Amino acid sequence: MSSPDARLAAGPDGRPGMAPDTGIEPPVLSLRGIRKSFGDVEVLRGIDLDVRRHEVVALIGSSGSGKSTLLRTANLLETIDDGQVFLSGTDVSDPRVKLDAVRARIGVVFQHYNLFPHLSVLGNVTLAGRTVHRRGKAAAERQALELLDQVGLADKAREFPDRLSGGQQQRVAIVRAIATDPELLLLDEITSALDPELVGEVLELVRTLAQGGSTILMATHEMAFARDVAHRVVFLDGGLIVEQGTPERLLNHPEQERTRKFLTRFSGTGLTPPA
Amino acid sequence: MTNSAPALRVPSEIELDRRLYRRRQNGKSVAIALVSTLVFAALVWLLVVNTPGWTAVQQSFFNLDVAISAFPRVIEGLWLNIRVLFFASIGVLIVSLLLAVIRTLRGPVFFPLRALATGYTDLFRGVPLLIVLYLVGYGVPGLGLFPRMPAEFWGTVALILTYSAYVSEVFRAGIEAVHPSQRLAARALGLSHAQTMRKVVLPQAVRKVTPALMNDFVAMQKDVGLISVIGAIDAVRAAQIETAASYNFTPYVLAGLLFVLLAWPTIRLTDWYSARMRRREQMGSIV
Repeated sequence: MSSPDARLAAGPDGRPGMAPDTGIEPPVLSLRGIRKSFGDVEVLRGIDLDVRRHEVVALIGSSGSGKSTLLRTANLLETIDDGQVFLSGTDVSDPRVKLDAVRARIGVVFQHYNLFPHLSVLGNVTLAGRTVHRRGKAAAERQALELLDQVGLADKAREFPDRLSGGQQQRVAIVRAIATDPELLLLDEITSALDPELVGEVLELVRTLAQGGSTILMATHEMAFARDVAHRVVFLDGGLIVEQGTPERLLNHPEQERTRKFLTRFSGTGLTPPA
Repeated sequence: MTNSAPALRVPSEIELDRRLYRRRQNGKSVAIALVSTLVFAALVWLLVVNTPGWTAVQQSFFNLDVAISAFPRVIEGLWLNIRVLFFASIGVLIVSLLLAVIRTLRGPVFFPLRALATGYTDLFRGVPLLIVLYLVGYGVPGLGLFPRMPAEFWGTVALILTYSAYVSEVFRAGIEAVHPSQRLAARALGLSHAQTMRKVVLPQAVRKVTPALMNDFVAMQKDVGLISVIGAIDAVRAAQIETAASYNFTPYVLAGLLFVLLAWPTIRLTDWYSARMRRREQMGSIV
């Protein structure tokens, strides 16, 4: 495994307070003491997490553990009750910061694709480039076609989303998210709504992005994929980070009882940790 | 060698039998519908023609000579109705979209605007159009604020005021019917609230409510006839003048027929469009 990678030497696993090391480049994303409640339910109970440049971090945990909420707080689609969110060193949870400009620097891919049904594939991919980043129509379309070509969907550029399979739609959604060269990519269980036979093509695309150096924070139920692609796996339970580490260590030799218990549910995948 | 082209495959005995049965049933249904329609029409016709006053009614409502002589004037009036309809439609679209968007704004900053828009729609959906016409047609020019305008101008304003209140509710329903995940996706891309509205929400909302909008358009097509009450010489007013001149009600029937003809294409288009939408939504299902 690539665990001794310098950018992964972030500090002791699972311990909060891995403050952005001064002197070197700040993490792309840095969450500090994030808290979030919905009514009486506290979904996030103080989360500290750093994602460094070119790092791929996988969030795992059962449904309701706060994975999706955490992703949404990261690009401020969800207001936080306490804590701070830093994007490349800037505190973007400061109310004086322009949220639209911050969100434009982060790409998000949703579980249900959320493509715009009234726009063609090309329209979906170029919307942000043209309206937010003020790129010309020709330039935006040229770049979009290039990206679509890379993911094998150039021939679908003029189609509307409802004519595509789930896997194709999700690949378009990924292209839409990366078309504006975001600093950070957030993937929210992007294969959960897909038929098993379509999962592969989407994961293959994410693998390519990861190898290309994209910075990715993803919530996932695909343990095998997390092991394969992620530099670090973070196990979330009850709104807290229970444990984190290299996929090798966390998935094969979890230290915490709760992690072990969660992972046994994936025993069918051959990832059962030794009892 | 086997030929796998589906077009050349001969259906099974059972399927052929089913098709024959369906064809027979279809033929039977059409025949029944045709006969019952004819019988009903004949009955109504006989009933009306045999009423004691029919000859008098025919003379004063369905007089071809009167219709022909009234035609030029009534059609000229209808042309005014069409022009009023054109400008009123554009006005309604703009004002109602504005109202709908204002009503969906969130946040305390927009409270006064929102309250104003809500008050407006409440008020103008409640007041009869006729009263709005009188108030605008006679009241507003009385203020002396505006240069002298023809009656049809104030009629158009009154139509816009009333119909915008209704149509804004249609738009609002459409805006709220766009799934929140669409807004989420747009905001995640960095689009502002206004950009999200313009590029993502409104285009989808308008598609959803097009049949309802067309229905309101049909309603307005005949309500433009009401501008005659403030003195505009439209089709209804022209018919009234012709009726007074000839002591015969045929011009009203003529104007009514012309309004039907005016509305008919839109009515059919609405039906066709909603049928198409329904087909798209339940593709492959029988019920």
